[in-house]
Amino acid sequence: MSPDAVVARFEIPYRGCLASDGTLCGTLPEFAGDTALLQRLYSVMVRARVFDAKAVNLQRTGKLGTYPSCLGHEATHVGVGAAMRAEDVLFTVYREVGTKFWRGVDMLDILLYWGGDERGTVYLRTPEDFPFCVPIGSQMPHAAGAALAFQIRGQARCAVAFVGDGGTSQGAFYEALNLAGAKKLPMVCVIVNNGWAISMPVSAQTAARTLAQKAIAAGIPAVQIDGNDVLIVRETVAEAIERARGGGGPTVIEAMTYRLSDHTTSDDATRYRDAGEVEAARRLEPLARMRAFLEARGLWNEQAEQSLRRECAEAVDTAVKQYLATPKQSSDSMFDYLYAQLPPGLRAQREDARRYATLRP
Amino acid sequence: MAKMTMVEAINMAHAWEMAQDPSVVVLGEDVGTNGGVFRATAGLQQRFGKARVQDTPLAEGLIAGTAIGMAAQGLKPVAEIQFMGFIYPALDQIASHMARLRNRTRGRLTCPLVMRMPHGGGIHAPEHHSESLEALLCHHPGLRVVCPSSPARAYGLLLAAIRDPDPVIFLEPVRLYRFAKQDVADDGRALPIGHCFVLREGSDVTLVTWGAMTVDSLKAAQQLAAEGVSCEVIDVATLAPIDFETILDSVVKTGRLLIVHEAARTAGLGAEIAATVAEQALYDLHAPIRRVTGYDTIMPLYRLEHDYIPGVARIVDGIRATLAD
Repeated sequence: MSPDAVVARFEIPYRGCLASDGTLCGTLPEFAGDTALLQRLYSVMVRARVFDAKAVNLQRTGKLGTYPSCLGHEATHVGVGAAMRAEDVLFTVYREVGTKFWRGVDMLDILLYWGGDERGTVYLRTPEDFPFCVPIGSQMPHAAGAALAFQIRGQARCAVAFVGDGGTSQGAFYEALNLAGAKKLPMVCVIVNNGWAISMPVSAQTAARTLAQKAIAAGIPAVQIDGNDVLIVRETVAEAIERARGGGGPTVIEAMTYRLSDHTTSDDATRYRDAGEVEAARRLEPLARMRAFLEARGLWNEQAEQSLRRECAEAVDTAVKQYLATPKQSSDSMFDYLYAQLPPGLRAQREDARRYATLRP
Repeated sequence: MAKMTMVEAINMAHAWEMAQDPSVVVLGEDVGTNGGVFRATAGLQQRFGKARVQDTPLAEGLIAGTAIGMAAQGLKPVAEIQFMGFIYPALDQIASHMARLRNRTRGRLTCPLVMRMPHGGGIHAPEHHSESLEALLCHHPGLRVVCPSSPARAYGLLLAAIRDPDPVIFLEPVRLYRFAKQDVADDGRALPIGHCFVLREGSDVTLVTWGAMTVDSLKAAQQLAAEGVSCEVIDVATLAPIDFETILDSVVKTGRLLIVHEAARTAGLGAEIAATVAEQALYDLHAPIRRVTGYDTIMPLYRLEHDYIPGVARIVDGIRATLAD
């Protein structure tokens, strides 16, 4: 079929800055002049990794419920957090520990949530951020709704939504992008392409060459970036947020990374994933390159590393102690947050639960 | 005080609350320039502007999900779903997020919003436009489900729904939209959610119903009154959480219960009402509880819709059977 004319053409640009050995493969962002920020980006990535290893270990020893590791995603997660302003609002999936840390969510909150306690969603320092979202892709319309609220009220704020590669197969993903494009909403969507949706590789998930190009159908500019490069993540997301806050509309950013862990602690990725692929991906992981980059500039050394690791381990230990010492909620708490006021018909059920709770050891 | 239809009263309630509360916003398909396919939002965009009356893309799940994001941000969205038969794509958002957000964040984030939609059949509409699916929603703790049965109750209950701090599903009986005019005062006075309305007092049998079936139930009650049968007719109005106190008080008084609803019988809301009355007032009953409901069939295309929807004759027979037991 030969065309009479081409009515539209699209491109997906790619951006990267730090190569896997920490040398530059692109232009260094302007913010790289802020050495304290560079060190902080690295430090929070390490903090997420140390926490993550401990959380997996707690699950293995029966002290935490099912936990989805963030191993390998640290640059994407931390870079997005670092790009946001306090007044922006975050909509995550369930793996973005690094973003939550940057936004001021405590380790204890995350342990409580995966430890089966709703109090882990009460983020004191980011009261408008949404909690983790388990039904895949369903957080996307919430971000669009928040962005619409900012637009209606004329506020210069941005809704930032994460979605995974599997999440881009959901209708809610496309519906939210479609709205964001149509109404030019102040929203940034970061697709975390970690290669796998449990056992489904991206190549089986979609025939689309990139996930970023799904934004093109919604009339939204899109870019693919190296998601293991915290500098380019921070830079690209910050640019997109600034554009959104200024009324320039939404952006979709596909961050290329890799899920170095199992899907969750209940999963065994060796059943469906080639060990060679994981080993190759491990060589591209985000922390080593950032450390090499910092060391090459005299901004980091072994002593700083040891001190940071020690500090993170102590913070994790303190959080774990607090978590394990937190008594469970009363059975009343199942009822007390259903409505602003408990409907009278539920009082008898609350009493029942209270009575049986006292009968259990 | 002006005489008006239910759809006009619904429109008036929107306008009142939008004028009083700048956080109230309307969204949905064709709600803006077009004023809604039933005209429920007519004139609102002209009066309150495009920012506060937003036409959305054609995606019900998106409308529900967007309303959640807006509500968590402190707006009070009133979202229209064009027909209840199209609620299915929105159920994920309603059940997974809208009903749960307050609970899962221990009250940090909430969903003060209203999802309005036409409910039931009887207007010769196409396929998928005549469904009665309240049971799907009543099963989800965290939601309130409200169904008015007159213009005045639609006005008062919609105001209450918009002011409610939690999500309210507002079911509008489609064949009552323009069924009868009634005096409705535009005084901004809400009616209480969570309470039944006793539409007719009686002593022989209690009819428990809601939405458009209240009209047929009242007709049946009137017809039997000529034979000396005294029916109490209760409009449940808030389908979740139900005010069982009013229902139980009535059943204890009459000793007989007939539940009337348009939705299919199996696992319908009538089953829950029957079970609760059996649990709490069995020994006050003089006869088995009976139900007159839609059949356990697919809602037919419109030539047969009145074969499906329980009419006065079936309700009268139901009352007679209860009295004969």
